[in-house]
Amino acid sequence: MIEIKDLHKSYKMGSNSLHVLKGINFSVEEGELVAIMGSSGSGKSTLLNILGMLDGADSGEYNLDNVPIKDLNETKAAQYRNKFLGFVFQSFNLINYKSAVENVALPLYYQKVNRKVRQEKALKYLEQVGLREWATHLPSELSGGQKQRVAIARAMAAEPKVLLADEPTGALDSKTSYEVMDLIQKINDAGNTILVVTHEEDIAHMCKRIVHLKDGVIVEDKKIEQVRAEQYV
Amino acid sequence: MFDIERWQEIFDTIRKNKLRTFLTGLSVASGIFILVILLGFGQGMQNGIEAEFKGDAATSIWVWPNRTTVEYKGLNPGRRIQLRNENFETIKENSAVDYEKASILYFPRNVRVVYNNNLLVYNVAGTNGDLQDIENEFLSEGRYINEADVKSNAKVAVISNKIKREVFAELDSPIGEYLTISGAGFKIIGVFGERSEDEGEESRIFVPISTAQLAFNGADKINNINFKLTESDNLDETLAINEKATKEILTYLKAVHGVAPEDERAIRIWNPIQEAKRYYGLTGNIKFFFWFVGVCTIIAGVVGVSNIMLIVVKERTREIGIRKALGAKPMGIVGMILQESVFVTAISGFAGLIFSMTILEIVGPNVEIDYVVNPSVNFTVAFTTVIVLVVAGAIAGFFPAWHAARIHTIEALRDE
Repeated sequence: MIEIKDLHKSYKMGSNSLHVLKGINFSVEEGELVAIMGSSGSGKSTLLNILGMLDGADSGEYNLDNVPIKDLNETKAAQYRNKFLGFVFQSFNLINYKSAVENVALPLYYQKVNRKVRQEKALKYLEQVGLREWATHLPSELSGGQKQRVAIARAMAAEPKVLLADEPTGALDSKTSYEVMDLIQKINDAGNTILVVTHEEDIAHMCKRIVHLKDGVIVEDKKIEQVRAEQYV
Repeated sequence: MFDIERWQEIFDTIRKNKLRTFLTGLSVASGIFILVILLGFGQGMQNGIEAEFKGDAATSIWVWPNRTTVEYKGLNPGRRIQLRNENFETIKENSAVDYEKASILYFPRNVRVVYNNNLLVYNVAGTNGDLQDIENEFLSEGRYINEADVKSNAKVAVISNKIKREVFAELDSPIGEYLTISGAGFKIIGVFGERSEDEGEESRIFVPISTAQLAFNGADKINNINFKLTESDNLDETLAINEKATKEILTYLKAVHGVAPEDERAIRIWNPIQEAKRYYGLTGNIKFFFWFVGVCTIIAGVVGVSNIMLIVVKERTREIGIRKALGAKPMGIVGMILQESVFVTAISGFAGLIFSMTILEIVGPNVEIDYVVNPSVNFTVAFTTVIVLVVAGAIAGFFPAWHAARIHTIEALRDE
């Protein structure tokens, strides 16, 4: 599903250049649930941004579902994001004046799905995350865990190839974190490919594979025995 | 533009950001409102000043003699000039300027006006029929002096409304009554009023010029020569003709009466249009002033709208980031923001326009202040202003929207 070869990325900080990613090689098969771990500054968020086409790499190859991702302009990137990727952010990033169902329907608007179908699909995904009856509520009326579930529903609504989650539990307490991870595991069980960036060990162990990043290189990449989040909920 | 889905998205946004929409709309609507009211009153003042000058015919020229002040050709200063019938005839016949109306006045001295054995204290003046137009008098009863009266030395008189009120209050009509002027009976044939309230004219009894000169030992003496020029639509042209006529009359009269060309006081001339010109100039200035204020208001409005657009876009930076992460294209975002802002400014601009024009329509005709008559505004001008404001708002919104759409998605998402 994802193939990355010798990926480099550096940021210019004034006259200095900060080499963040120093040759990343890694691939993800369909249906995997991968945790990307590392301390802050290890380059994990940068890697996720490049995977999410929110940022471009300096050199290296990146293939997503056998499509080379290279030299994208904003418009092309927007199209690919809409078609291939779903995002879940640490800070939820819901649009605060739109209700839960409208937030979930938004990526479908950009897929030019008509309003009625949008509404139906959005409700279906809200149902999956258990928030059907909260559909008309604004984000400000939802708890942190609920917001993140709405965000997950929104990411799923576009039916992406890959779900990218950037510290999805970073702003949540542990009980809510496990609820969210339970949801992510269930989505993965249904066959979806998911990448989770996290620095929490327990969250990482709820995935099926852990990739350790340190100073811009992968230092460890191992398959693990998945810990089910269900038992903590 | 005609994408119904996008309109739905825009209406959603408007509905859910009522305060923001309301404030944007209010600034645009009030800007237009103030401008229209200002322009309306500018027009009202111009109308008012024009109305003040409708009293005497604006294109008339009044000539009367005085004493000379400059020694000339052996003649002492202080000599009194006397105009004669032939002076009037000469000017009228030899003039290079077209006179629409020409009249003369003769004020006999020491005349006694008696009615029903009561001595009246009104002035008597001899004139011809053209005076009516020059003075802008209107007849409320009967008829004015005409050419036949002058030719036949008819003993007829036209009195003013004021005299009718003061002397003939008990009668239904003074027409047919006889006034005894210096022993001769004059039949009243008409009653006149004036458009501008001039006490002097209102207290006068007019009789035919020929009769006056004959009956009151006037010989061929006259006191006053009045002309009315053919009015042109163009003020400058009218002024030029007026100046030409004035010069011609003065040159002729000075020559024929032995007055020094530089003697400004021997023969006096008054032309209301020269006065009017000053007022027209004044209204021009007032109009300019209102325009200036109006343009400043528009600029303030444009700046206000731009400011609001900047803040709106800034406030929506994060939303723009989210939308981009979900697959919105940069131009789509710019387009949506602009479409929303143009929609809001246009609707509120026209609301302000309609509101202010309604007020002008209702209040305007009832305004009764000196020098302000029927304030109104040119619809095209007001309409253009709204368009200018909408376009300015769109341009002002475009740059921040474009900038926001180009911000890196990650940075936009980080924006708190």
